[in-house]
Amino acid sequence: MNRRSLVSIGLLTLASPVVLSVNLAGQAPAASAARAVPAAKAAAPKPYTPPKTPDGQPDLQGFWTNSTYVPLERPQGVTKEFYTPEEAEAAIKAAAAREAEQTEPGTTADVHYDFSQFGLDRSQSTFARSLRTSLIVDPPDGRMPPVNDEGKKRAAERAAARKQAGGPYDAVQNMPIGSRCIIMGGAGPPLMNAGYNANYHIVQSPGYVMILTEMIHDVRIIPLDNRAAPDRNLRQWVGVSRGRWEGNTLVVETTNFNGRNPVRGASENMKVTERFTRVADDMIEYKFTIEDPATWDRPWSAEAPLAKTNGPIFEFACHETNYGIANILAGARAEEKAAAEHKKGSN
Amino acid sequence: MPNRSFIRLTLAACAAALVAGMTLAQAQAPGYRAPRAPDGKANLNGIWQAMNTAHWDIEAHSAAPGPVLELGAAGAIPAGLGVVEGGPLPYRPEALARRNENRANRLKLDPEVKCYLPGVPRATYMPFPFQIIQSQKHVMLVYEYAGAVRTVYMTDHVEAPADSWMGWSNGRWEGDTLVVDTRGFNDLSWFDRAGNFHSDALHVVERFTPRSADTLNYEVTVEDPKVFTRPWKMSMPLYRRVEPNAQILEFRCVEFVEELLYGHLKKQSGK
Repeated sequence: MNRRSLVSIGLLTLASPVVLSVNLAGQAPAASAARAVPAAKAAAPKPYTPPKTPDGQPDLQGFWTNSTYVPLERPQGVTKEFYTPEEAEAAIKAAAAREAEQTEPGTTADVHYDFSQFGLDRSQSTFARSLRTSLIVDPPDGRMPPVNDEGKKRAAERAAARKQAGGPYDAVQNMPIGSRCIIMGGAGPPLMNAGYNANYHIVQSPGYVMILTEMIHDVRIIPLDNRAAPDRNLRQWVGVSRGRWEGNTLVVETTNFNGRNPVRGASENMKVTERFTRVADDMIEYKFTIEDPATWDRPWSAEAPLAKTNGPIFEFACHETNYGIANILAGARAEEKAAAEHKKGSN
Repeated sequence: MPNRSFIRLTLAACAAALVAGMTLAQAQAPGYRAPRAPDGKANLNGIWQAMNTAHWDIEAHSAAPGPVLELGAAGAIPAGLGVVEGGPLPYRPEALARRNENRANRLKLDPEVKCYLPGVPRATYMPFPFQIIQSQKHVMLVYEYAGAVRTVYMTDHVEAPADSWMGWSNGRWEGDTLVVDTRGFNDLSWFDRAGNFHSDALHVVERFTPRSADTLNYEVTVEDPKVFTRPWKMSMPLYRRVEPNAQILEFRCVEFVEELLYGHLKKQSGK
């Protein structure tokens, strides 16, 4: 476990009122005694006042990550909102083991990379710790609300269109959006854990907050001037965002999505509301709410903290070096050709 | 006591000296002083765009038919006075041959056609706006074209840790001029659609200087000993996008070029 996440868990404990109800110092397992928060710190929370930028905005600037082991939805069989520290540790260990042992090392099956070899697994990077059993906080059962009839109809239409398009490797357009290097989940909104290199850079200037997502060098520039949403004919993959400060919380509303990269099946009329609050030097509390009456009869919300991490953000030139797509398609064509020739030969 | 004409003469001489002094001062420094950013530096925040034909060809060039017949006049090349100072680019002989080959095969070879990151300084004068977001530690240059972005490190200067399309930029202030020093480029981007190119030895120094409330002077020194016999300069004004709701929009062009790049790998129906 690296030092950065030690700092994160220490300050996360300090900052989050929920976690403070747990006395980590006494209950931390022996193996992680080094991570125990001193009892004095855990017992004396101080309200945190974020520093200000030169133009007076609460300062959210820096390098952040939303890498986390907490799943979006509460796992089956789990009914409570928070784990004990031991349970959280056990859940993390199990997930980390799954990541490292995707395939049996040294076997033929082990051709896909073992994430931990390249430091891509979450345990080798800073991650945002939480005792939550799910990122979803509303509905209270920690799971997505049911999809309504309109949403089901749209899902069926999308599935039919996919079937119509043919096999997953028939054409580049049939492949996942992320594999095509168009956009990845970390960009959102809402900001979702990218799985690895889940890094963000926030920079503020008068009237703007800028969020750079490492993959795929996605930038959202959020104006703070209360401007209206653009005309409904202007649609973007990331929608169009507008923000305002409410005290120390940045509230960002995003609409005008093009519906091509839906969050959990949402329609193009989805509205995302995000709230960013600096609650510690090394943590931003990040909450989001999804509203889409065309898919769910009620909004749903999640909390996914951003932990401070080290920069820099490296360039991620995804499309420029996307040999994978070309090789996958060429490989599929070669397989088809070989199968066809084999068939001819055996006739 | 001095007589009136002596006094008048003296006053006139003083006035002349004063005017001469002011004129001299104006010749030495620009007359415009930009408003301050909150930290006291010149405020370069805003959405900016070049307005010239450098993206077609940074050297002086006549109007000409474009490379795609079906586009007719809509795809033809407008003329340009050139943004390169002091005549044609100082190519090494073998590099000039390569530039001409690039130009002859531009539809196949120009990285812009494939929606690849545009490199520097091409990103500045693409026919799209870009936004400057200025903070004390970082100045962000966010381009509408292909969502390209550059981080200019204003403190903690380090060498480029790896090659990249947009390079590694270290920045500093010289008075009201933002000086951006960029290295660590790969050799895959071009300077324009006319085949002008560089190697991975490229070193670019850009200077952004406010010249009026809504314009910047953009001056660039380019150095690449593998391709050019000496450094050379380009310069152009940059114009502020003054619409009240001006914003950088999405030009996520990867999707627009997929058929071009991978169409030949599609499964043919019936096979």
